[in-house]
Amino acid sequence: MSTILLIEQVLNGLQSGVMLFLMAAGLTLIFGVMGLINLAHGSLYMVGAFAAAAVAGATGSFVLALIASLVAAAAAGAVVELTVIRRLYDRDHLDQVLATFALILIFSEGTRWIFGSFPLFLDIPDALAGPVMLPGGIQYPLYRLVIIGVGLVVAIGLFQLIARTRIGIRIRAGESDREMIAALGVDISKLYTIVFALGAALAGLAGALVGAIQSVQVGMGEPVLILAFVVIVIGGIGSIKGALVGALLVGLTDTLGGVLLPGFFATFMEPSAATAVGSSLASMSIYILMAGVLLFRPTGLYGGR
Amino acid sequence: MTEPLLRTKGLNKAFGALQATDNVSLTLQPGEIHALIGPNGAGKSTLIKQIAGGLAPDTGQIFFDGQDITGLSTVARARAGLGRTFQISALAMEYTVLQNAMLGALGQAGTVWRFFRPVMQDAALRGAAQNALERVGLAGLATRRTAELSHGQRRLLEVAVALTLKPRAFLMDEPMAGLGTDGSQALTAFLDQLRTEAPILLVEHDMDAVFALADRISVLVYGRIIATGTAAEIRADAQVREAYLGQEEGA
Amino acid sequence: MSRTGLINLALFAMLPLTAGAALMLDEPFIITLATKVAILALAGVGLNIALGLGGLVSLGHAAFFGIGGYAMGILASHAQSFVPLMETPFLIEGTRSMPVIWLVAVIAGALAALAIGALSLRTTGVYFIMITLAFGQMLYYFAISWPAYGGEDGLSIYVRNGFPGLNTLDPIQFFGIAFVILALALWGAGRLAASPFGLALSAARQNEARVETVGLSPYRLRLLAFVISGAVTALAGALFADLNRFVSPTMLSWQMSGEIMIFIILGGVGRLYGPVAGAALFILLEHVLGGLSDFWHVYLGLLLLLVVLFARGGIIGALAGREVAHD
Repeated sequence: MSTILLIEQVLNGLQSGVMLFLMAAGLTLIFGVMGLINLAHGSLYMVGAFAAAAVAGATGSFVLALIASLVAAAAAGAVVELTVIRRLYDRDHLDQVLATFALILIFSEGTRWIFGSFPLFLDIPDALAGPVMLPGGIQYPLYRLVIIGVGLVVAIGLFQLIARTRIGIRIRAGESDREMIAALGVDISKLYTIVFALGAALAGLAGALVGAIQSVQVGMGEPVLILAFVVIVIGGIGSIKGALVGALLVGLTDTLGGVLLPGFFATFMEPSAATAVGSSLASMSIYILMAGVLLFRPTGLYGGR
Repeated sequence: MTEPLLRTKGLNKAFGALQATDNVSLTLQPGEIHALIGPNGAGKSTLIKQIAGGLAPDTGQIFFDGQDITGLSTVARARAGLGRTFQISALAMEYTVLQNAMLGALGQAGTVWRFFRPVMQDAALRGAAQNALERVGLAGLATRRTAELSHGQRRLLEVAVALTLKPRAFLMDEPMAGLGTDGSQALTAFLDQLRTEAPILLVEHDMDAVFALADRISVLVYGRIIATGTAAEIRADAQVREAYLGQEEGA
Repeated sequence: MSRTGLINLALFAMLPLTAGAALMLDEPFIITLATKVAILALAGVGLNIALGLGGLVSLGHAAFFGIGGYAMGILASHAQSFVPLMETPFLIEGTRSMPVIWLVAVIAGALAALAIGALSLRTTGVYFIMITLAFGQMLYYFAISWPAYGGEDGLSIYVRNGFPGLNTLDPIQFFGIAFVILALALWGAGRLAASPFGLALSAARQNEARVETVGLSPYRLRLLAFVISGAVTALAGALFADLNRFVSPTMLSWQMSGEIMIFIILGGVGRLYGPVAGAALFILLEHVLGGLSDFWHVYLGLLLLLVVLFARGGIIGALAGREVAHD
């Protein structure tokens, strides 16, 4: 394995980790503040991607497409929160799972209804297309670097939002004591809607950014959702910091496992068997990571509960 | 003096800056009722949790019948013979009163790994459960759903479940709460004779009951035991009067 | 007999009556649908032991369903190609005998549930949901990336496996097998719920501290419930694969987990016969709505949403009124 390839894969891992963080951050916030498990978070990711693809197709502007993804996902999130989700806060987890599973069915089939079954394509803007030369003679797609940058900027912004702003203070208060902030006169149902819409917007943005690398299609959200769950289990529910660390761990493990494990097994097995064993194990690597964390810290790396 | 059945040695528990349990050493002798009193927030329930299991002390040890049980789980402590009742009722609310008592009898009999014979037709378990319900005066409500019981009745059911366990010591966290005057008098009379079966570590707010029942009283303030003694000794203790009873009289 | 009892009896009789009527009308497709309902209901009965009795919201039961399916697929494909599964250290041949396949499926499902449950049950609530979902997904990706048994494309079996004395290719006879197994599972699950183990397990769902305080370990109770549940669901998976003569990673997918859970909620949570009602309604909707619109999942989603939000008792709850589910 050459160093250059390794660095490339590390960057790929970072890129997928950063996108996972955008998903996981929203999920973990929603769980931390409202105590809700939201399976439909992957649908909001998909909504963002479709909105971006539709707007990019109509206007040709990638910036407008990104804005559209944020707006559409936030709006979809707010509508869903107002109509369905807020009835679920006092329900048990089973109801939350089933109702949000129902939302997935509605979102997925509804999107298929509107856009058809064929994948849409969202093109990388010309300004960001093509490779860039990194120090050490490594060529790497510029767009992926930009994604990493955007993800990190959003992460920093989110930390600042929660640490510094009034809404952040309320979010933190809501995590520790719901009755307390209601008693302080904060309009709690408005706060919930805002948090949900914020989480949705982050998911939508991730969907749009990733949609330009992969294809935009129905069902794209759920694999990411499940990875985001793994991230949260590793990081600890309710912890943004845990989500960041968990997302980077999962992104790197997933990417590097797929590259390194077949090579590793090839050192002592015949090539075809090594590929089979290596790629099968690689597909399981993040779950093995999760199981390992669970054995030692059942509430995740940064989970208090 | 006989060997204590239950003994804590230097228990400490802090939540952040709050010292909820501060170097608590107490004993429970066979045949006695040892009452634990103190103002709200004194750390009584925190202490009971450390003794019954579910909350690990930061330092200190707990001995039951000479064995160090500090490292044991709640389940193991229950099996060893600690019968606990909860301050906030912990019952299977969907079940009937009888089913809750059967659960205790089942735990005591240790025959839970049976998968085919209907449990409610098990005469031995049923007998044990009925008997416990009769002793606390709930036999008439056996078929009632637990969720429909009043708070006081739930406390009695807690006591009944503890009875089915045939424990070697009782840990009771405010069994009188919500009972009303007649109810607490009846329960006081019952606990009075229960102590010969197994000693009771009793956390209670009802001072009439405490002073009528307790062989010894320990007063807990800010997590620390400030005095232990007979009812008369505690009444006369200046520190207690100031820290605790003074407040009551003033209120 | 109570109203719930009558409804249960009607539900139970519905399947053989439908299959019998279809036999007389010479509608083998309807018999196959009834068989599918019986098998999916069996999967639901399996999940319901964990979910309804134990309160364990497992979103990864497709893992066990798929393991049962692959137990059938792997054994039958080796029998089909006359290549042994394993020659060293001892010889293991494939088989086309249903009882042997079922036994293997049940054992494999139980072992997988033991491993997944032992880890997942260290946590509770929302962690448990996410972890079971993740482990299910792990097996899904494993099945896709493991090339020996068809990978993503799955595995086809040309002839349905055999059962001594029966012609399993005759739809009504295969229905009979599936229905008898469902009936046995319902009976067994009913006994389990009323047993000492059931009393303690259900109590652990209602109040964990209570169960600990009477000296019983909620973890062990739940783990065993999870294992039994996984084994029953795996048996359903083996039958389902035999029904389709095909097994693929789809059986392991998280949507499958969701569907098994839907059978339970549509029928009514905590009802022994809930999965039967739910699976029947699901298949009915699939064929009625599926015939009307390609996008019938939208309607399914809306219905599910309405049931969850407004009709928690499901079909049986709606029919039985406010009668309490427990004896």
